Amino acid sequence: MTMTLTPPETRERTAPSLRTRRLPKAAVGALHGLAVLLAVAWIVGPADARAGLLAVVLAGIVPLWSRIVEGRRKAKDRLVTLLVTTAFGIALIPLGSIVWTVLEKGVPVLSREFFTYSMRNVVGEGGGIHHAITGTLLITLGATVISVPIGLFTAIYVVEYGDGTRLAGALRFLVDVMTGIPSIVAGLFAYALFVVIFGDGVRMGIGGAVALSVLMVPVVVRSCEEMLKLVPTELREASYALGVPQWRTIVKVVLPTALAGIVTGVTLAIARVIGETAPLLVIAGATDSVNFNLFDGRMATLPVFTYTSIIQPGVPPEPAIARAWGAALVLLLIVMLLNLIARLVSHVFSPAGER
Amino acid sequence: MNRTSMRPWAATAAGAALLVSLAACGAANESDASGDESSAGSSLSGTLNGAGASSQQSAVNAWKQGFQTENPDVTVNYDAIGSGGGREQFISGGTSFAGSDAYLDDEELAAASERCGGGDVITVPVYVSPVAVVYNLDGVDDLRLSPETLGAIFAGDITTWNDEAIATDNPDADLPDVAITPVHRGDASGTTENFTAYLAAASDGAWSHGEVEEWPIKGGEAAQQTSGVIQAVSGGSGTIGYADASQVGDLDTVAVKVGSDYVEPSPEAAAKVLDAATPVAGRAETDLALQIDRGTDAEGVYPIVLVSYQIACQKYDDPAEAELVKEWLTYVAGPEGQQASADAAGSAPLTEDFAAKVQAAIDTIG
Amino acid sequence: MSTTTETETRAVVRPGDRVFRGISSISAIVIVSTLAGVAIFLTAEGVPGMTASADQVKSGETFLRYVTPLVFGTLWAAVIALAIATPVSIGVALFISHVAPRRLAQPIGYVIDLLAAVPSVVYGSWGILTLSSSIQPLYVWLERNLGFLPFFAGPASATGRTILTAAVVLAIMVLPIMTAICREIFLQTPRLHEEAALALGATRWEMITMAVLPYARSGIVSAAMLALGRALGETMAVAMVLSASGVISVNLISSTNPSTIAANIALSFPEASGLDVSVLIGTGLVLFAITFAVNVAARALVARHREFSGAN
Repeated sequence: MTMTLTPPETRERTAPSLRTRRLPKAAVGALHGLAVLLAVAWIVGPADARAGLLAVVLAGIVPLWSRIVEGRRKAKDRLVTLLVTTAFGIALIPLGSIVWTVLEKGVPVLSREFFTYSMRNVVGEGGGIHHAITGTLLITLGATVISVPIGLFTAIYVVEYGDGTRLAGALRFLVDVMTGIPSIVAGLFAYALFVVIFGDGVRMGIGGAVALSVLMVPVVVRSCEEMLKLVPTELREASYALGVPQWRTIVKVVLPTALAGIVTGVTLAIARVIGETAPLLVIAGATDSVNFNLFDGRMATLPVFTYTSIIQPGVPPEPAIARAWGAALVLLLIVMLLNLIARLVSHVFSPAGER
Repeated sequence: MNRTSMRPWAATAAGAALLVSLAACGAANESDASGDESSAGSSLSGTLNGAGASSQQSAVNAWKQGFQTENPDVTVNYDAIGSGGGREQFISGGTSFAGSDAYLDDEELAAASERCGGGDVITVPVYVSPVAVVYNLDGVDDLRLSPETLGAIFAGDITTWNDEAIATDNPDADLPDVAITPVHRGDASGTTENFTAYLAAASDGAWSHGEVEEWPIKGGEAAQQTSGVIQAVSGGSGTIGYADASQVGDLDTVAVKVGSDYVEPSPEAAAKVLDAATPVAGRAETDLALQIDRGTDAEGVYPIVLVSYQIACQKYDDPAEAELVKEWLTYVAGPEGQQASADAAGSAPLTEDFAAKVQAAIDTIG
Repeated sequence: MSTTTETETRAVVRPGDRVFRGISSISAIVIVSTLAGVAIFLTAEGVPGMTASADQVKSGETFLRYVTPLVFGTLWAAVIALAIATPVSIGVALFISHVAPRRLAQPIGYVIDLLAAVPSVVYGSWGILTLSSSIQPLYVWLERNLGFLPFFAGPASATGRTILTAAVVLAIMVLPIMTAICREIFLQTPRLHEEAALALGATRWEMITMAVLPYARSGIVSAAMLALGRALGETMAVAMVLSASGVISVNLISSTNPSTIAANIALSFPEASGLDVSVLIGTGLVLFAITFAVNVAARALVARHREFSGAN
């Protein structure tokens, strides 16, 4: 946690130990280490299920032992810590496996050609995803430009202006309902909307951005709302007390305080939609060539490219499937970059003293 | 606050600029393509949009390559949204041509004729591909099955590999006592339609569910798309499924009984089906919709084939569009295009006689 | 709450506030009208399919009979997924916010955030290639040892592509988003509350139960709702992993599984035309209604624990 938190923690750890008995650190560490080692051995391969069972038993000894030596409360604490850490370990297995699969299959594909070529006139080996990278960046940018202002202002309305009112409650509820719109329905909706405006068979990048916005707005609202609610009311009241109008309080006090959370929320929302396949397939279409114009013609995107390459690899299938994994990896890298930028922003912006 | 707050924005802008500039220049291969117009000497230009059957996609990719190389200023787009969607978008005027695993029914035909300004609708088979029956069974390499047995297996009436019916077809094979897991397509698909059409026509009643796009039996192993079926069949043991022959990979394929012979899937054997097929009655001359004789016992014919059409108009409002469509279809149905799709998608090239009929229909465009 | 009364009691409404309020209201209106648009679209396109008689559509069933197994499958898969994901992601979030050393916690949180961006196609491929084959022996074991329970009645699928596998994939997919929100909320717990608890001699767990969890409760429910929304509506991954047959069955490990609404739309939509499209969009409307109902329930749940939510 933070630096300020450490002193009370250490005090708790050292000072009472003069009177109460504590488990020897080395033994606990050894037991935990051995359990982790066995579990890893079981999952990675060399050992069978018995190793996993043994790991559970070994890890389970600590809280029992603690119950005898340190008492009930401390034992419970150790048990929960163990469970929480195990949950983390369990979550790491599939996530690690997915990352590993993407890296293993994606890295060999990356090359200069892969980034600078499109798929125009490419059959079989070679070619690249330049067109898909362009499309994904532009469409996601479009979606972000549409959804972040709408989402943020709605959250501000719900928390700052309308809190407690019936309208805000209804809005919250509607946003929740909106999170449940299946991605394919969002795509069909955007398509229907654009057909009304531009006529049948319309395909344009901005349509994809609209479809993604339908999916993105509720995530932005929901996370911004949570973050704004967590800003202590004392801060707002202090600002009002100084005669600062409400809107300046929001801009100068509330938003900066909640910024780290808002930025995480927005990044998450982007991450949520940047990998969407179904709606883009419907409204943005697919093409082999680069298209820079959001408002005219089909645009290729990384998820659609990945999907079509896996589903319809052609003959022989290997190069197309390899390109699909490469595209998935690039998508991850793009999100990573966005994430880094977001962290930078929130780091510089957050008021001093915040974590 | 004001002085310091500019910095992060600058950082964000720089980061975003970095991302965009990464993609801002055109693709390396594309500037080349449009750069040397003189060498190609084609006057065609514009964008041609089509949508439809996903079965054609690999072939369309190959055709696009050939066509766009010949005509560097042309961009062809094809959305593999499925046959139904393709037909619908074509009829509503959203696309210039459609790819479809099934020909237009009468109702659609009337609507399509209206979309085509009262002209006839061009329907040409351009993609003929054998559908292979694949299986994964340890110790059995060349399985042979009669249509009746095949029908009973997929209907769930034959459930183990050492069943007598299978043994009759394979007197030499050492059939294990393993449960059969039939794998079918979970999505609606032209492949399923063609496969069940074959079962309905040839299995002598063992398959009683008719010709359907969506698998009619509840239960059993379902997989999405051709690649999913292949994965499910290779991943399990004692599995059997059906898939486009070009995607089979290392899996063993079943030789199917036709007449008194057993025929393995091959492009040549599949192409013969077209010669044996009869045109659907009561259609315009430009409409080459085919009634395939799947119960055939002609020698050397592989009867489980997927025939996929491209559908276009005789008349377009924009003469440039008509020209594009005409040139595109001419290329696709021509020897070059058919060879390209045979190489890239393992399809069966149209026989010469048939290609001539197709060309005659295409020539009426414009 | 207090803020609204403040503006009312102040005599002068500043122009800045008016503008701000205006923009906020417009945003809210945009959201409401989008939602209304989606609802109108679904209703207009779906109703003809919902009212069609059995012999007019390809499935040969009335809409109610067609949609019931799908509704069951959708809820079943989402509930299992959420049952797996909720405890794990709360655990992971607690690990990151309160257990792991700060130095370790940040990069871990970062990696988990990234996973929210993995396209569902990749989850689907991973589910087929890696998960289903490695989890299949477990199904055989479950059938042999717990086969008396209806959930594990078997016969165990030969490929492992069952509803339980799909639910596990869904759980993994919603894990990043749930973890990230929970983590942010845990980190926002007022430090004074935490320190007060510790100063009174509470162990770390006691501090968490006394200070962190009550404060975060509404946020956790929100996170779960977001996750549920994603699990209910997830299309591609389920479509790829699940061997779906459109039956109603609580059997978790056989190859005959209920399908989900979203996956069914994705699988059937491309080859559908005419009235069948309406039927599919009608099922989309049903999914919409389900989300609606689930949210009403969740809202009632949160309202009961209001004391700690909001800017208190």
